[in-house]
Amino acid sequence: MKTTIFDMGEEGRTGLRLPPCDVPERNLTELIPAELIRKEDPRLPQVSQVEVVRHYTRLSRMNYGVDNGIYPLGSCTMKYNPRINEDMARLAGFAHAHPLQGEELSQGALRLMYELGEYLCAIGGMDAITLQPAAGAHGELTGMLIIKKHFERIKELHKRTKILLPDSAHGTNPASAAMCGFEVVHIPSDSRGLVDLQALKAHLDESVAGIMLTNPNTLGLFETDILEITKLIHDVGGLVYYDGANLNAIVGRARPGDMGVDIVHYNLHKTFSTPHGGGGPGAGPVAVVKKLEPYLPVPRIVKRKNSYALDYDRPHSIGKIHSFYGNFGVLVRAYTYIRMMGDEGLRAVSTNAVLNANYLRARLSRVYKAPYDRLCMHEFVLTTKGMSEEIRTLDVAKRLIDYGVHPSSIYFPLIVPEVMMIEPTETVSKEELDRFADALIKVAQEMKEDPQILKEAPHAVPVYGAAVRRLDEVRAAKEPILRG
Amino acid sequence: MSTFEFIPNTPEDQRKMLAEIGLSDIEQLFADIPAEVLRRFQPIGLEPLSELEVYNLVSQIAAQNAHTGEYVSFLGAGIYDHYVPAIIAHLISRGEFLTCYTPYQAELSQGTLTWMFEFQTMICELTAMEVANSSMYDGGSALAEAMLMAKNVTGKTRFLVARSLNPYYRKCLETYAWGAGLELFEIPFTKTGQLDRDAIPKETENLAGLIVQTPNFFGVIEDLSGLKDLIKDAFLIVSANPISLGILAPPGLFGADIVTGEGQPLGIPQSFGGPLLGLFATRMSYVRRMPGRMAGRTVDADGRIGYVMALQTREQHIRREKATSNICTNQALMALCAAIYLATVGRRGLRKLAELNLQKAHYLAEKIVKIPGFALRFSGPFFNEFVVQTRKKPARLLKALRDEGFFGGLDLAPYELLDGNNLLIAVTEKRTREEMDRFVTRLRLDRSPSPAKGWRR
Repeated sequence: MKTTIFDMGEEGRTGLRLPPCDVPERNLTELIPAELIRKEDPRLPQVSQVEVVRHYTRLSRMNYGVDNGIYPLGSCTMKYNPRINEDMARLAGFAHAHPLQGEELSQGALRLMYELGEYLCAIGGMDAITLQPAAGAHGELTGMLIIKKHFERIKELHKRTKILLPDSAHGTNPASAAMCGFEVVHIPSDSRGLVDLQALKAHLDESVAGIMLTNPNTLGLFETDILEITKLIHDVGGLVYYDGANLNAIVGRARPGDMGVDIVHYNLHKTFSTPHGGGGPGAGPVAVVKKLEPYLPVPRIVKRKNSYALDYDRPHSIGKIHSFYGNFGVLVRAYTYIRMMGDEGLRAVSTNAVLNANYLRARLSRVYKAPYDRLCMHEFVLTTKGMSEEIRTLDVAKRLIDYGVHPSSIYFPLIVPEVMMIEPTETVSKEELDRFADALIKVAQEMKEDPQILKEAPHAVPVYGAAVRRLDEVRAAKEPILRG
Repeated sequence: MSTFEFIPNTPEDQRKMLAEIGLSDIEQLFADIPAEVLRRFQPIGLEPLSELEVYNLVSQIAAQNAHTGEYVSFLGAGIYDHYVPAIIAHLISRGEFLTCYTPYQAELSQGTLTWMFEFQTMICELTAMEVANSSMYDGGSALAEAMLMAKNVTGKTRFLVARSLNPYYRKCLETYAWGAGLELFEIPFTKTGQLDRDAIPKETENLAGLIVQTPNFFGVIEDLSGLKDLIKDAFLIVSANPISLGILAPPGLFGADIVTGEGQPLGIPQSFGGPLLGLFATRMSYVRRMPGRMAGRTVDADGRIGYVMALQTREQHIRREKATSNICTNQALMALCAAIYLATVGRRGLRKLAELNLQKAHYLAEKIVKIPGFALRFSGPFFNEFVVQTRKKPARLLKALRDEGFFGGLDLAPYELLDGNNLLIAVTEKRTREEMDRFVTRLRLDRSPSPAKGWRR
């Protein structure tokens, strides 16, 4: 079976003709020493253009995206990606601008970044921002570096060694803290699914550099003690980092800055509708309170009298974390979205995201077990534990594929066994929610009546079902084949 | 209340759904948020705009920006004005590619996983390395992650960094190194513009790696042969321009342990410096220490070939604080651009393309050095970018060139790497002989001692 582009084509085919060389050509060896010249061409495909188009079109049909239907991955906010965003990012003034063409010739790009920064600060209730991080985890790293810089500057770095991390935090958090040399201390959740305040207090002393809090957490619950938590951390001189991956739950009605947060990152590919692209590009801007502003990466986008400029003169900055200014094209998309929604639209986002999640929770918690049976925010967790001896959540997810819907996140967060983390977003209609709930309820029935059908799922049904049957992940890990 | 086109719920839908939940008022959904927090809320102060209005607004902002479509560009320094084949934008815009996420459910993501596998294969072929991941954020952060990986594998903390490295990458390295507690030492360049091998210390204890770029920031091609021998067990980390690898011997043949690079030249718009594409390849023996996502080949229940995310136990969501990196979302769609680009240009096409870049750059360089007052700064071989020494400060010259419709290159003064007046000039396959001749004619005029008044059109 022809599976990759390498299995296609013939010697001598090409997908693109190049113009003839219009300058006098010199011998290669006059220009480059012979030993530095490549002897063998890389074995790239040799295919005609139509083969390229057909191959990638065929591959695209083996994928399921937000455009195909509900995509309820928890903490991923798989909302609709407006196409106007794409057109705006492709405007010549943006797509063909060079990052070093000079401030004077880049006023449009700088204005857009400056204004987007202002909007995001306002949305988060924060004072200053960097748009440089290319993804959420990149923002976390930036935040951790800022914390480190802060304590270095006030000469407390030697004792500020710990980052507290609730076990309901986002998956990237521990690695981000570790990359900056911090020791990670895990804080358990209590029976409410919230940060266990007693356990938190037990770790509070001057060794705490900060806490990384995901709020609402990955159980979809708002940390009701947030004001007390931020105060407790501040009382021992620590800083509060707020993972904004779940901002869709509160956007337009509550702001991290009003909760006592010092640093927050936003995921523009989640809350602000930029496409996930199969795993990026995203953008993870980081906003801070006034006292941490000096540490933000260079350059800062600043507004002078009548123009915008890039400010590199920031002696206390952590430096650069991206070659240039971040994923600018993604910023254009988020800017477009925020301007279209305005305050009223952003509030409608969180209203409907939370409504949709609770509607699904209400329908599904009659069939599956909700370990925290209370109102949720934009997402919630269910477990299959105790429903069947032989069926696991993995089987339920795979069976859902046969019904033409994308499964939720599974096996995350780690604190709930056999978990499904479900986030429908506000861009799904009630009919689509019902279709997803009906499918999941039907699968629960099948679990009792015909468990084998779950174990064998998916059944490789065409178009927006699985392209293949269940794949052998163990084999891929044991004998990794990572290239053709 | 406005109706928003991205939110399907009508008031009637909302009423029915609230009834199902057992609530009467939608605000009850937010009861867990402390009242004090809700009270402090302040809006941004933005009215919603229709698509038509936002189209006009954002188009106006874009029009305030100059771009390489209206200027003849000789700017490079990591981001190049290469031609992007038309099919790329069309193919990556397919919703099934554009709007999916990380392929967590492999059976619904065979498209993504297959192109990831293809991309990995292509990067291995280009670099002559054994294994590549499916992308990092950009050239700078990819190099920084290579440094962290070398530290993790060798257990050592000292790095030698070529002074000829792109200063923006250098800045990224410094940031990551400070975070991880690593030490960087600079290795100077000679008058060829290449790494000064004699400056590499004989003492390699606690040396984790040597970091070089080829072609380097000055456009000069580094001779990588024998470098690995000089640093023994330390990592040879090479940042390479992928287009140049169509014609240059790949770093893998010189014993590189990690090859990174900026993938923007592979069919990705300049887009004011982002989104870009970090390339990352290494040896198979280090695969379990490598950061980033990878697709691996396997079979399904019927024995049919399929692809899954491989070696996820390296990754942050499983290994937590002991992960090889924190990277999760990367630059997938940009890697898809590169895969389509390399498939389209193809095996012979990439060499031809690299040759076009090489020949045109040398044509321009030769013409420029014939102008009195202009000289090549370095004697080493170069690919598609070179440094010209100018008698006068480049800033004023660049401004005058701009008024003539040229992005004339990059003034190197702010980077404090070279003394005197230096201009970095890049030439891609897009530059025509006519454009270059016009550029040279304009440079020639600059010999006139008085400021070139009246050049503004």
